[in-house]
Amino acid sequence: MKDFIIPWDDDRDMGTKAVQGAPVTLTVDGFEVTVPEGTSVMRAASEIGMQIPKLCASDNLEAFGSCRLCVVEIEGRRGTPASCTTPVAEGMVVRTQSSKVKKIRKGVMELYISDHPLDCLTCAANGDCELQDMAGAVGLRDVRYEAPEDGSLINHFEQRQGDQPNPEWIAKDDSNPYFTYDPSKCIVCNRCVRACEEVQGTFALTIEGRGFDSRVSAGGPANDFLTSDCVSCGACVQACPTATLQEKSVIELGTPERSVVTTCAYCGVGCSFKAELNGDELVRMTPYKHGEANRGHSCVKGRFAWGYANHQDRIMNPMIRDSIDEPWKEVSWDEAMTFTANRMRGLQEKYGRKSIGVITSSRCTNEETYLVQKLARGVFMNNNTDTCARVCHSPTGYGLGQTFGTSAGTQNFDSVEHVDVAVIIGANPTDAHPVFASRLKKRVRAGAKLIVVDPRKTDVVRSAHIEAAHHLPLRPGTNVAVVTALAHVIVTEKIYDEDFIRERCDWDEFQDYAAFVSDPRHSPEMTEVLTGVPAEELRKAARLYAQGGNGAIYYGLGVTEHSQGSTTVMGIANLAMMTGNIGREGVGVNPLRGQNNVQGSCDMGSFPHELPGYRHVKGDEVRALFESKWNVKIDPEPGLRIPNMLDAAVSGSFKGLYCQGEDILQSDPDTHHVQAGLAAMECVIVHDLFLNETANYAHVFLPGSTFLEKDGTFTNAERRINRVREVMKPKNGYADWEVTQLLAQAMGADWNYSHPSEIMDEIAETTPGFANVNYEMLDARGSVQWPCNDAAPDGSPIMHIDGFVRGKGRFINTEYVATDERTGPRFPLLLTTGRILSQYNVGAQTRRTENSIWHSEDVLEIHPHDAEVRGIKEGDWIKLASRAGETALRATLTDKVVPGVVYTTFHHPDTQANVITTDFSDWATNCPEYKVTAVQVGLSNGPTEWQREYNEQAARSRRIQTAAE
Amino acid sequence: MPHEKLTRMANQIATFFATQPGTDQAERVAMHLNDFWGPEMRAELKAQAAEDDSDLSPLVKEAIPLI
Repeated sequence: MKDFIIPWDDDRDMGTKAVQGAPVTLTVDGFEVTVPEGTSVMRAASEIGMQIPKLCASDNLEAFGSCRLCVVEIEGRRGTPASCTTPVAEGMVVRTQSSKVKKIRKGVMELYISDHPLDCLTCAANGDCELQDMAGAVGLRDVRYEAPEDGSLINHFEQRQGDQPNPEWIAKDDSNPYFTYDPSKCIVCNRCVRACEEVQGTFALTIEGRGFDSRVSAGGPANDFLTSDCVSCGACVQACPTATLQEKSVIELGTPERSVVTTCAYCGVGCSFKAELNGDELVRMTPYKHGEANRGHSCVKGRFAWGYANHQDRIMNPMIRDSIDEPWKEVSWDEAMTFTANRMRGLQEKYGRKSIGVITSSRCTNEETYLVQKLARGVFMNNNTDTCARVCHSPTGYGLGQTFGTSAGTQNFDSVEHVDVAVIIGANPTDAHPVFASRLKKRVRAGAKLIVVDPRKTDVVRSAHIEAAHHLPLRPGTNVAVVTALAHVIVTEKIYDEDFIRERCDWDEFQDYAAFVSDPRHSPEMTEVLTGVPAEELRKAARLYAQGGNGAIYYGLGVTEHSQGSTTVMGIANLAMMTGNIGREGVGVNPLRGQNNVQGSCDMGSFPHELPGYRHVKGDEVRALFESKWNVKIDPEPGLRIPNMLDAAVSGSFKGLYCQGEDILQSDPDTHHVQAGLAAMECVIVHDLFLNETANYAHVFLPGSTFLEKDGTFTNAERRINRVREVMKPKNGYADWEVTQLLAQAMGADWNYSHPSEIMDEIAETTPGFANVNYEMLDARGSVQWPCNDAAPDGSPIMHIDGFVRGKGRFINTEYVATDERTGPRFPLLLTTGRILSQYNVGAQTRRTENSIWHSEDVLEIHPHDAEVRGIKEGDWIKLASRAGETALRATLTDKVVPGVVYTTFHHPDTQANVITTDFSDWATNCPEYKVTAVQVGLSNGPTEWQREYNEQAARSRRIQTAAE
Repeated sequence: MPHEKLTRMANQIATFFATQPGTDQAERVAMHLNDFWGPEMRAELKAQAAEDDSDLSPLVKEAIPLI
């Protein structure tokens, strides 16, 4: 494929990886080039624009040297070495186009083509095929080898030879929903197998057989891609030089003719992609090799699961209704805005200024989020703004703010390449942050050690070619006890980093903390009865983290979504500080953020107590700054958080909500309570792509735009501000920031943004960490990590290098307090919830893609022992009940969970796992305790009465009045 | 908001600050409530405490006058 419009840098394949080393100078075809020692001859030639023909080489893989197409001549050396496997040497004289190598290449290509179908014109890879390019590059004009008619010499590509079926021909495997494997086009370059191993780290593919019998094989029960270990990350498809592994979308739509670099809208890794299109029709998404978060890798969601953008369920017109019993009525944007503005203003007149609020979206851009919180503060005139970070990483904000002074991860993702000991706490990166997991696993295969703290035996505990040095399978709810016990070992065994603590923290404060944590009640031996973690294993893990070199902690929602979520975050910060694992590459505290823009939505002032840049609304100075900018008076008191909004709705004081890009009815805990809260409101505005579950209770539906249809920025888990680009015009007519602006204008505000870049300029003017950020700069550099200002003009890949943001790092006592959610005779098991690779969060997007082939329903993981005593067999319908509610789903028996613990996902509204979860929450932030619910499990006949009623109500509520009615 | 929920949330905050060193735990509980709870929730807690504070932890009781 040619003529990509890339705004910066070129993305040629340089053949082999870049390396670091002392400079070496050589000549290639007489031109001098200086490259780092260890660079291949192929790459050195590439550096000066000479592309040596190649088929098996790719610059994201180790050199393999099998295709023999890249041979060169080197003065003083015998033969014709492969340039991909030959390192440069000082004074080397290389010739890439001698008659000898040209002849060899032509001979090699002739052999390749003799076993390859010549259907180029109708081949899906036509124009995007390296084999085709190489045949052209070597000037192949003739193929002399031909199979005799009698079938005595066979090839791989003809279904029949003569009148006989060809035993070497293998039918195309189209089992994977997104790509096909056509063995007849395979040249056995091994790139797919190597990509699966080296880039993705799944080891699903292999080469079966030898010599002429060599075939790529996915294995698995049916020997196809779908039933194999393949995770559909697309690395093999990306690596394939022919049409052997080919996206089905390209087969259907043709090769794309233009591309735009943008950012994935799924998880907090924030991968850069090239959206490849014909006109405004998206053909495929391919990972962008210069994306600094993903370095050219992708997962099944970002790479393939974008079909929801065109799904028939997508709503394109605004809709309103007086009450939720009525069907929806499609109206013009004008009518929708007038209706909404009148209702919201009416509520304020009747019930008071604070009776309405907003929920900003962690799925939308920074600019959009900024506008929604500005709508609350500057148009509604209250601080009733919150975001879904409330229910995921709000404890991170509080905990890291208290200890380090800023609410963000300390590292970039590249830092993982320097980690010696990675500690994964309450995170399941292979499922929830797959591209980061691949980078982590690569580092582990290179020798880094892994400690996993998780109730479940997740894939990082043990999978192909990786195994955790220590897995601490704690009982859900005992994080603080485990983290404090780790600190106890480090402090009492005096393996802390005294120099670091003395220099960077307050030594006297540490003494107090050390006295606290040294108490025998925090020892692993004492806490073992609570946590279930063997004391000796915990001690070994503590020693490894403290003494194993660069120690980095990566954590997820298994840490935050607890009654003591904030306390665990502080405990994690304590561990990093006491071992000196802060402020350089390969260390740090890294919250793995759930949604694409959770970091950004927090940065943008979505929380009810703080303005953009984490500044409390009580601060006169910061209020004055925004007041003069916005020409309004800002309330100095904190507003309501999401759970508070729902409580206030039930008690009758909160009446109207503008909810952008979040489905609180499915994602928030204690569904009955959320239902009651929403039902009690008089104006619920849902701004989304689909009629989501929350919309069942909405009075206004404002259609949203996808990430492909608007300009903006997302900020990922490493504080990286990445550009989102409008690759096509909004199908609903307006980008989301425009919709918010229309609403603000309808409510009387004088907002006149004409492009998101103007919103970013306002953010930069008002928020110190963003001071030097603007679109021009982002377009020039690709991305930047905040803080980015005069003090850090190039951004801040790593934080707290010379000192903590708050000055001295602060140790905080972390006493374990058992959650009120306890097991007992009625509810003897502990339920913990999470996600899986193929589905994303509430599934609104991924359920509307082919990803459902991997996960069409939520299932309950239960240990065979717990299943047996209840008479439950694999696949049985079971009823899952807690004190909050009950639902039914199918069971699967697995030893991934220990006896006493069960697990499920919350991707499907038919299950509504959150009808089970309770209203307990983190003490500091009200982040719900999703990860611990006491439950009982028993056999059942199918869905519960509640599920049936829920589905009926949902169906009724989704009716749309047709024009004829 | 239900009485016991407000009580539980306030007590949870107090439980944390009770484990911290120093003598200003009540002030810190009050500061946390002032910073993160809206005025309506704080007023509700105060009203509730005035009526019956038997379920509130001692530290919350101490903090009440400061919010």
